[in-house]
Amino acid sequence: MTFWKLFARNRGAVVGLAILILITFMAATAGIFFPEDPFSLAGQSMSPPGENGFLLGSDSLGRDVAAGIAHGAKTSLLIGLLATLVAVCVGIVMGALAGYYGGIIDDLLMRVTEMFQTIPSFIFAILLVAIMKPSIESIVIAIAVVSWPAVARLVRGEFLSLRNREFVQACHTLGMSDIRIMMGEILPNCLSPVIVIGSLMVATAILIESGLAFLGLGDPNIMSWGFQIGAGRTLLRSAWWVCTFPGIAILLTVLAINLVGEGINDALNPRLRERS
Amino acid sequence: MTRLLDITDLHIALPADSQRPYAVQKMELHLEANEILCVVGESGSGKSLTALAVMGLLPKPHVHIAKGSVLFQGEDLTKVSDDRLRQIRGSEISMIFQEPMTALNPVMTIGTQIDEVFRFHDKMPGKERRRRALELLRDVQLPDPEQAIKAYPHELSGGQRQRAMIAMALALDPKILIADEPTTALDVTTQAQVLRLIKEMQAAHGTGVLFITHDFGVVADIADRVAVMQNGLVVETGTTDQVLRTPQHPYTQALIAAVPELTPRPSRARSPEIVMRVNKLEKTYRSGGGLFGGKGRIVHAANDVTFDLARGETLGIVGESGSGKSTVARCIVRLNDAEAGEILLGDTDLRPLGRAAMRPHRSKIQMVFQDPFASLNPRTRIGKIIAQGPIMYGASPEDAKKRTLDLLDIVGLDPRSYDRFPHEFSGGQRQRIGIARALALEPDILVADEPVSALDVSIQAQILNLLDEIRDRMNLSMIFITHDLRVAAQVCDRIAVMQRGEMIEIGPTSTLFASPKETYTRELLAAVPGKDWFLKGSSAQAPAT
Repeated sequence: MTFWKLFARNRGAVVGLAILILITFMAATAGIFFPEDPFSLAGQSMSPPGENGFLLGSDSLGRDVAAGIAHGAKTSLLIGLLATLVAVCVGIVMGALAGYYGGIIDDLLMRVTEMFQTIPSFIFAILLVAIMKPSIESIVIAIAVVSWPAVARLVRGEFLSLRNREFVQACHTLGMSDIRIMMGEILPNCLSPVIVIGSLMVATAILIESGLAFLGLGDPNIMSWGFQIGAGRTLLRSAWWVCTFPGIAILLTVLAINLVGEGINDALNPRLRERS
Repeated sequence: MTRLLDITDLHIALPADSQRPYAVQKMELHLEANEILCVVGESGSGKSLTALAVMGLLPKPHVHIAKGSVLFQGEDLTKVSDDRLRQIRGSEISMIFQEPMTALNPVMTIGTQIDEVFRFHDKMPGKERRRRALELLRDVQLPDPEQAIKAYPHELSGGQRQRAMIAMALALDPKILIADEPTTALDVTTQAQVLRLIKEMQAAHGTGVLFITHDFGVVADIADRVAVMQNGLVVETGTTDQVLRTPQHPYTQALIAAVPELTPRPSRARSPEIVMRVNKLEKTYRSGGGLFGGKGRIVHAANDVTFDLARGETLGIVGESGSGKSTVARCIVRLNDAEAGEILLGDTDLRPLGRAAMRPHRSKIQMVFQDPFASLNPRTRIGKIIAQGPIMYGASPEDAKKRTLDLLDIVGLDPRSYDRFPHEFSGGQRQRIGIARALALEPDILVADEPVSALDVSIQAQILNLLDEIRDRMNLSMIFITHDLRVAAQVCDRIAVMQRGEMIEIGPTSTLFASPKETYTRELLAAVPGKDWFLKGSSAQAPAT
């Protein structure tokens, strides 16, 4: 069966993918539909949705909430993907080395990993951004730093079980070099769980980014959903729309990514699904 | 009188996307009290699913009984309620499995597990239950029942675990015992003991035994009647005598013909050229100990192992599991590092070489692995699997491809295999690919570690022939590791017997078979299942029993 067929067996995953495509489309077309800076004053402040030409209302400074959501989608997706990419790369390298060589290298790398894991990830991320001064790069770095240990642990486990397989030993008897065995033989066999965990990590990364922005630690020059909620939280009772719509955007995006992640998991590990 | 077990027109349906619609079709089979019926067939013939169907343990809803009936003393097991089925299981019909380590609960003692059987089915006081459990363990001839009742599964050996399983299965004196390949995971000598035990227990209790196996040797030793299965159909049934002496169905004939004989191959002249010499090889494994002290266990996997290998000869290394035969093989190909001794390839001692220094010598010694499913990278195409060796040693991609296609031809595979992935091939074909990979570097020595033990008998014979042919064609020397003396007899010029890390006897196959010097060698020979049947018209003397 093709990947798509297996993926489509999970209805939720297809719905998730549709939502995700919609959000991506929104992010891509933000500049066309909302050509102006989302920070600029667009009209009457505190307009409820549908009034004064605001689709989703405006906030206390008269900024368009809809424009903010569209531009914020770009930020969320970008940071989510970038941070995950960095985390997965670091995690794979650490996990592969630890799992393949074992012994002292394994001990050393895993103790380092545990050191990162003992610090609560969100607080650690706040700390890192606060030290580095808020910007897109620092947020990406902070999220990557708190997310890679999970990947490293996963990859290490896979490497540990795969390195003693006969096909790997066969490569040893051929005289293949370690790097080639790791990258060419073992890694392709453990990519599917990494892809699954990676897709779910994108969702977590978006949540962390929103949290940071909510606390005012986002990049001040870039519109973000978390920032919108943070700006609107004091007006929650008088202008509910300022917080609500970005909140729904976060909810939908994270939900969609999780659904897609689960669908990928089902498609890549079909046996897991049949068991349930 | 109603029969003990009567299977009529049984159809077991497989999920929609399987290779065939029914795992078992039109099955007619019956079992009387006090007889052993062997169901024989190759993997995928549906023999295990038949057993599960009788027990009501089919993995529903994917696999289910589509049609037919399973009458147990006149009661149709396909129709009874789950409650009734639970009552029957264990007390009336019980089962022993292939791998006792996974069939027993690892965190419960043997005593508790036997006790559970009593508690679920019978009301009796705890003391009585314990007494009965001890009695059972004594009946299955466990050496120290008092100790065994307190032991956890991992503290027993494979044979002892299987005995404990048999004790559990017989706890409530069932009318039917279903045994699904109960001795496949055991060593030959243990296998012989367990088979004898099953036969004794069956005779003592008058149990009907449904014995599933792939090994005609085992059939010859234990069965009263035989049913042969092929692709879900019972192709032949009859008494053991009938089926083994005058098989009617061509498939049965082929299967019996494929059983390797325990007749040594005719000896050939030994070449004077010695390609490898192994001197006093030592390898020990240490386990336990750890950070907080404690006594570590030291196992001598190879102790003072010395042998030499002439050009063009096949040296068999036989022994039971844990005898160190695989360790020796792995030390020779340098997957493991031996601690002392010499591995002389020509004039070079390979043992002390580091990884980089070893690399130029790697191509001279290649290995064929045991498990054809684990030994090929599932994500790599066959062409690349075979060609990557030569490419690494500097062959141009075109040359490597040409060589790969030649090799595919030599091992009897279609050139179109080049672009396929391993999962598209059967076990035997994969083993051919493994052999082609090993040959790609044009080695002088081929180390084959149980290359046929994961394969069905008919395919075993093909692979053994292929190995023989290749050895002659390329003038290779081969080290052939096996636990099966029948296989060793087929391919080996000389045989070395290993026990607890020591090579206790080495000699030409025919000499070794005719007049074994060591008691252990004699025991091994005597334990070969079905040896009395399969010494077909051989000139070799039957080993003393």
